[in-house]
Amino acid sequence: MTLYKNLTISQKQIVWAWCFLAVPAVFYVTIRFYPTANAILVSFQDWNLLGTRTWTGIDNYVKLFNDPVFWKVFKNTFLYLIIGTPVSLIIAFIVAYQIDKVRFMHGTIRALYFIPFMTSAVAMAWVWRWFYQPVPVGVFNNFLATLAIPQIEFLNSTTNALPSILAPAIWAGLGFQIIIFMAGLRSIPQTYYEAARIDGVSPMATLWEITLPLLKPTIVFLVVFSSIGFLRIFDQVFNMTTNNPGGPLNSTKPLVLMIYDTAFNGFDMGYAAAQTVVLFLVLLVVSLLQLRILRDR
Amino acid sequence: MSATDLTIKPTSEALLKTSGNAGVRPPRNYAQFIRWMLLFGGGILMVMPIVYMLSTSFKFPFEVYNLKLIPEEPTLENYQLVLEDGRFFNWFTNSLVIAVLTTVSNVFFDSMVGYALCKFKFPGRYIVFIAILSTLMIPTEMLVIPWYLMSTKLGWLDTYWGIMFPGMMTAFGVFLMKQFFETVPDDFLEAARIDGLNEFQIWWTVAMPLVKPALAALAIFVFLGNWTAFIWPLIVTNSQELYTLPVGLTTFSVEQQVEWELIMTGAALSTLPTLVVFLIFQRFIIRGVVMAGLKG
Repeated sequence: MTLYKNLTISQKQIVWAWCFLAVPAVFYVTIRFYPTANAILVSFQDWNLLGTRTWTGIDNYVKLFNDPVFWKVFKNTFLYLIIGTPVSLIIAFIVAYQIDKVRFMHGTIRALYFIPFMTSAVAMAWVWRWFYQPVPVGVFNNFLATLAIPQIEFLNSTTNALPSILAPAIWAGLGFQIIIFMAGLRSIPQTYYEAARIDGVSPMATLWEITLPLLKPTIVFLVVFSSIGFLRIFDQVFNMTTNNPGGPLNSTKPLVLMIYDTAFNGFDMGYAAAQTVVLFLVLLVVSLLQLRILRDR
Repeated sequence: MSATDLTIKPTSEALLKTSGNAGVRPPRNYAQFIRWMLLFGGGILMVMPIVYMLSTSFKFPFEVYNLKLIPEEPTLENYQLVLEDGRFFNWFTNSLVIAVLTTVSNVFFDSMVGYALCKFKFPGRYIVFIAILSTLMIPTEMLVIPWYLMSTKLGWLDTYWGIMFPGMMTAFGVFLMKQFFETVPDDFLEAARIDGLNEFQIWWTVAMPLVKPALAALAIFVFLGNWTAFIWPLIVTNSQELYTLPVGLTTFSVEQQVEWELIMTGAALSTLPTLVVFLIFQRFIIRGVVMAGLKG
């Protein structure tokens, strides 16, 4: 205690800082940094969990790049991103832009759009899976039948299954994007709009020249945030294709599902770790590219 | 920007419009009406999946094929069947305990780290901050395999701790709390220091109450994230008694196969708790999510 009292104020600060950081430091080293290093290490090894770990260099990566399933999965993962991000952001922006102008029952309407965000992806995957069933069970096909429109194969078709699985993911994320857009819209000073109106600028020009440029920080955040979400899609795919995960014929399999399969059904830990490293690099490159492109404009 | 001004709508826009071109008012109201109807209709469409889920959970099997929202013969039989199973109570408790404990841990430790990084001057402060922030770039899926190996070695498989440990602290929380502690004036802390409080007391009794809205926002995010977490609980649990609600629901639904009314009941049971909480604290939750989203 006397030792502590003899310290200067700035020395005391250092002591206190590390008292505060001691437990978290242990956590971050053992649960974040060490596992990251370990994942990279295992990706260069051959290991089926029971046997010995043998060093194989870049064999796992070579195997991965020669695996036709990986390229299929890689394409699917990007399809989720390329369809999911623009579609969800455009819908979210249009809705937010309009809700912002409505005053009657403003809170209720906002809540209606936000509610899906509060649900669990697993529960909703099953609800949507039921919607997609063929007649007489599925809601969508039943509805089409009442309109005398031919049936659509949603989850059993190799072309329709991926967008069908993406739909609930977009739906659930909209609420978050809408309220973030609305907060962004509110932060634009009204004086800009008043000036534009006095100058006789058309509403369309106001949107393109004032609203969207001033909304850029919000747009950048949402693009990066939702892209990461779509690249990591798993819950919906896993639950909507439980009888044949990632099917039909791997047409819906995203990278995370491939990782899960390789690691916990095939127990090929080295190969799965190599896939996780690829996932990490994909996320990193996509985020950096988006930041780069959107910031420059 | 502060989230508190969410509800304030400047009236200048309306004023300008009515005085500037008063003659166009009726069509504008007409357009406004259409806009409102479209938005409201869209909103109803957004909640339709949830409404259908609830409606079907009160239907007998023979009515599942009916598109009507209100069951002709409403029944509680599905809920009886699902709850008699007993596992749902179990999964519900697991999810609740895990989500609450992780939330408490995050609120405590994330704000502790955020505070230390914000208010203490010490060598390496910047490096520590960057190191923690860099973990945001690492996807959970990359760590799942090492965590699994770790859990196997240390006997954490199939335990609450095993499910919880990866999420006990988050870099996102640290970043959020650091941002908010910046708004706490150093004078307050200095005053408390002169009053003889130690640094821990200053953090806990002076600084923490000043960032309550941020703590609530963080708590909402962490709770929701853990309540709906799927991939890690799926990997780390083997026995059904330790499943969380989402993992349990998957198992249950796979067992039921085509008994959609039972699957919908299970889905309803796992969705209702967060839904009810949302309906009660609606404004508060939306504000919290905006705050966490914008600052984090």
